Amino acid sequence: MKAPWSATARQRRQAGQGSWWSGLPGVVYLIALVLLPLILIFIYSFLSRAKLGVGVKWQFTLTPYTELLYSESLSGGRSFDPTYLQIIANSFWYAIITSVVCLALSIPIAMWLATRPPERRTALVFAVTIPFWTSLLIRTYSFIIILNDNGPINGFLKGIGIIDEPIAMLYTPFATVVGLVYTFLPFMILPIYASAERFDFRLAEAAYDLGAAKWTVLRRVVLPSIRPGIIAGMVLVFIPALGSYLAPELLGGGKTSMIANVIAAQFGASRNWPFGAALSVLLLVITLLVLVVFAVVAKRASRAAGRGGWEALI
Amino acid sequence: MTNHSTKTTGSKKTTGSKPAARRQRRSRRGVGLGLRDFPTFKAVSYLVFAFLYLPLVFVVAYSFNSNRVVSVWRGFTFSWYSEVLGNDDIQRALFNSLRIGVVATVVSVVLATGLAIGLLTMARAGRTFAWTLIGAPLIIPEIVFAIGTLALFVQSRIPLGVNAITLAHIAFCVPFALLPIRARLRGVDPAVYEAAADLGAGEFTIFRRMTLPLLAPGIVAGALLAFIISLDDFIVSYFLAGPGGTTLPVYIFGMIRNAVTPGVNALSTLMLVASILIVSLSYLLARKRR
Repeated sequence: MKAPWSATARQRRQAGQGSWWSGLPGVVYLIALVLLPLILIFIYSFLSRAKLGVGVKWQFTLTPYTELLYSESLSGGRSFDPTYLQIIANSFWYAIITSVVCLALSIPIAMWLATRPPERRTALVFAVTIPFWTSLLIRTYSFIIILNDNGPINGFLKGIGIIDEPIAMLYTPFATVVGLVYTFLPFMILPIYASAERFDFRLAEAAYDLGAAKWTVLRRVVLPSIRPGIIAGMVLVFIPALGSYLAPELLGGGKTSMIANVIAAQFGASRNWPFGAALSVLLLVITLLVLVVFAVVAKRASRAAGRGGWEALI
Repeated sequence: MTNHSTKTTGSKKTTGSKPAARRQRRSRRGVGLGLRDFPTFKAVSYLVFAFLYLPLVFVVAYSFNSNRVVSVWRGFTFSWYSEVLGNDDIQRALFNSLRIGVVATVVSVVLATGLAIGLLTMARAGRTFAWTLIGAPLIIPEIVFAIGTLALFVQSRIPLGVNAITLAHIAFCVPFALLPIRARLRGVDPAVYEAAADLGAGEFTIFRRMTLPLLAPGIVAGALLAFIISLDDFIVSYFLAGPGGTTLPVYIFGMIRNAVTPGVNALSTLMLVASILIVSLSYLLARKRR
């Protein structure tokens, strides 16, 4: 339904509001620097490895994809090699744990934020977004300080006499997941908050009047209402967590590689660009599949993601 | 959804005792009835805020540590700041970062302003396509974007370094620059343009004298966001840096890799302060008269 003043495109243009072609430079630029690189990566994934490593040899092959499952020995024989499957599975596992932990932390804080007085709410929500705007590298680095053997956590535990020897936390999968949760927590809080803010608290009141217990209200009234926010939050956390590079690189200590680290290695030390490209294509396909799955789960998710996700950051 | 939930909970009505007393108790609680009675929510919220800010606090605190080993506190000093600020390599990296940030900001804001205006009158298909392109850098994993642009530059023989990084940064700065501008543009009453047109103003005059001034706060807010995003970027810069394109985050990464001294913290603290100041400024501008 259109409001009476919402004119058609033609009328608006006549009123001097500019024209569609003003968007053209932006579209052309993004085609050149977003679409073209993706197409190139797709093409690279079907090419052969360059002799000296940098770049590719323009010769069609499916090797980059078979390399995902088989390793080729020097004699030319092929054998099944689960290394990369394992890394992909690990990446999924870390992304799932990250999403679930973020969700568990975000529902309480989102509900708490939504029940603050409106004037304080804006400031608090801004406070949630601030860490997002600081450098991802520095945020990840901060956990090197916190989790290392001499860090404040081990120092505190030693100080109060719980432990004698420091607990090894840094360079473990645990550190990676903590770093991932820290990085993506705002992406879960904001969309859930956006849903919670629209929640009509009179419904909770009605439920109480009808004799519902606290947890019943939460489970049967509140949670269904904030479901779009939860789904949007899951998308916004799971997808970037799956493709994370810095947390496993700096906090995992090489023991917890994720897909992105393997991709980076192919374009760095391993010098196998086509294989790196194939892994990138795989990561993109997984990303799109996850988006589709979530979109099917809730058609409203994408809209809520737009409204409560990165748009809410700004 | 909610209707059905309230209906089913109704079956437990028998537990109700004295409605009047309960109503009175509730009226004192005000908005968010009953939910404030989840003490865990409040506790978890406080913990989450601590979790969000403590890591940053530790980075800042240890930047004043006189011990070379970052996390073992010895005493208070400012010396890491003077050491970091006096380092030639860091100055070069800072200069690179600023140069990339300023150019990427200016170009992305111009493109984003054009897009914001153009999106209003684009045909539906074009608009969907444009939005997909704009949102893509936010959805595709950063590593894929980084190696994609690396492949593009190597393939088209564009040398790696400061200029390559700038070209790539522009692409992912556009969405961040666009959102505040678009929010501003949507708040403008179309009648003002009609009035201007009725008074005989041409397209260009309207753009220069009306659209631009009206959008100005959004444009500045968008520019600030684009600048931080460029300044803080690590992954894309890392892959496109080449020999001469070391930016501040790329330099910090090297420091973390080699030997972590409180110098890393001093440099990080300066970057944190810059980011937080800029985003707060952008926030204030964007909220102004919204």
